[in-house]
Amino acid sequence: MPVSVLPKRGVIAAAITALGLALLFSFKTPEQTLPALGNRSGGTEGGANGTGATGANGGTGGTVSNRNRSPAATPTPTPAPQGGQGGIPDGTVTGPTVQTQFGPVQVQITFSGGQMSDVQALQLPVDHPRSAQISSYVQPILRQEVLQAQSAQIDLISGATYTSYAYTQSVQAILDQVNG
Amino acid sequence: MADTEPMATGPAGSLPAGILPAGILPVGDAAFPLARVEHLMGTAVGIRIRDAGVAPEALAGAFAWLRDVDERFSTYRPDSEISRISRGELPEREASLDVRQVLALCDELSAETGGAFDARRHRSDGSLDPSGVVKGWSVDEAAQLLDAAGARNFAINAGGDIVVRGEPAPDRGWRIGIRHPGRADRVARVLEVRRGAVATSAAYERGEHITLAHGRAASHELLSVTVVGPSLTYADAYATAAFAMGLRGLAWVTRHPGYGVFAITADERVLFSEAVEPLLADPAA
Repeated sequence: MPVSVLPKRGVIAAAITALGLALLFSFKTPEQTLPALGNRSGGTEGGANGTGATGANGGTGGTVSNRNRSPAATPTPTPAPQGGQGGIPDGTVTGPTVQTQFGPVQVQITFSGGQMSDVQALQLPVDHPRSAQISSYVQPILRQEVLQAQSAQIDLISGATYTSYAYTQSVQAILDQVNG
Repeated sequence: MADTEPMATGPAGSLPAGILPAGILPVGDAAFPLARVEHLMGTAVGIRIRDAGVAPEALAGAFAWLRDVDERFSTYRPDSEISRISRGELPEREASLDVRQVLALCDELSAETGGAFDARRHRSDGSLDPSGVVKGWSVDEAAQLLDAAGARNFAINAGGDIVVRGEPAPDRGWRIGIRHPGRADRVARVLEVRRGAVATSAAYERGEHITLAHGRAASHELLSVTVVGPSLTYADAYATAAFAMGLRGLAWVTRHPGYGVFAITADERVLFSEAVEPLLADPAA
């Protein structure tokens, strides 16, 4: 979907950074000011010394250029955008499918009032390795139940995901597209 | 820029929480007078404080502490204590108290896990890298700073490893979703916790970052291991070690008083210990 009138790249960078950080904390941010960001993310080598240092999942995405500065690596002195002034027309934009070793990832972003109001995953990997031998082995001290996929109201989520890098790429591709 | 490239996975690791709009409705931050997210320790760290009477300086102080730790323990800053020790320029015994404490914790955890969790070493190149312990430890310390500042209802979320106190809303604990391993828009279960730490180690987390000592690959019996207990330092270490050990690691976790385990197996079952059972929340609540 062609979109023509666009905000500055810095605003977009701030927006995607805010999106990433906000979503970790399970904020849903329709039509609201995004949370304040630490400015330390830009250009500080120290920020990379955490457990992500292996970067093991960084190399699998194929179809989207990675030369775009990542949200984390982009200094974002520009404040997060306020609603209504971005110039992005309301509507929905679908990103490209990004292949990972686990399967395809594709997202769709809805813009409303100049802000990202929703992000939906259209495709996510569902297959994972299975081990048929495990069923016979149950620890007596542990209860067991069938794995469910629940929808639930939550405050926080424990556990990151291998799809995150591809997910970011797909989001970035949409923002690049929106940005012309 | 190779060194800074992994930062791209930092906040990205946060995104799954955001891929959850299909049915998962996170509570927004409007209910929290003090809330902030910063990119630290290679991930996004968020703090929410519900108590209206807590000074903003408490939140600022917690982040200042975390930033300070991030710098001092950095393996990317050539002048950090860790880098200097790694190069042999700074004897460990002359390092700061915090660094010595963390390295001692690393040794304790490595010994206790029989080497399954070699906390001191970088997982691929074997260099000094205690970051696997630093995150949990520094968040535990940050929580104590908030305790001391009078905060009674708050949550710290460091890239999916969590410490909570009190309640996010009247009459209920913090509802912590355990990510479904195959469906990023769903959770496997919800734990309702009023005080304690929750850490998850999983195959889907930053690729295959978990290896046993001596280069052995981690067990493939489990898709994720979540440990609940009083300390994030230990919960994180136990989750990492148990994930590497596989099913037998789950029983091992339960031998630690105060710690419970919740695991998702490769054959699509959930296993949980007695300590976790009372925390399992009704998803519809």
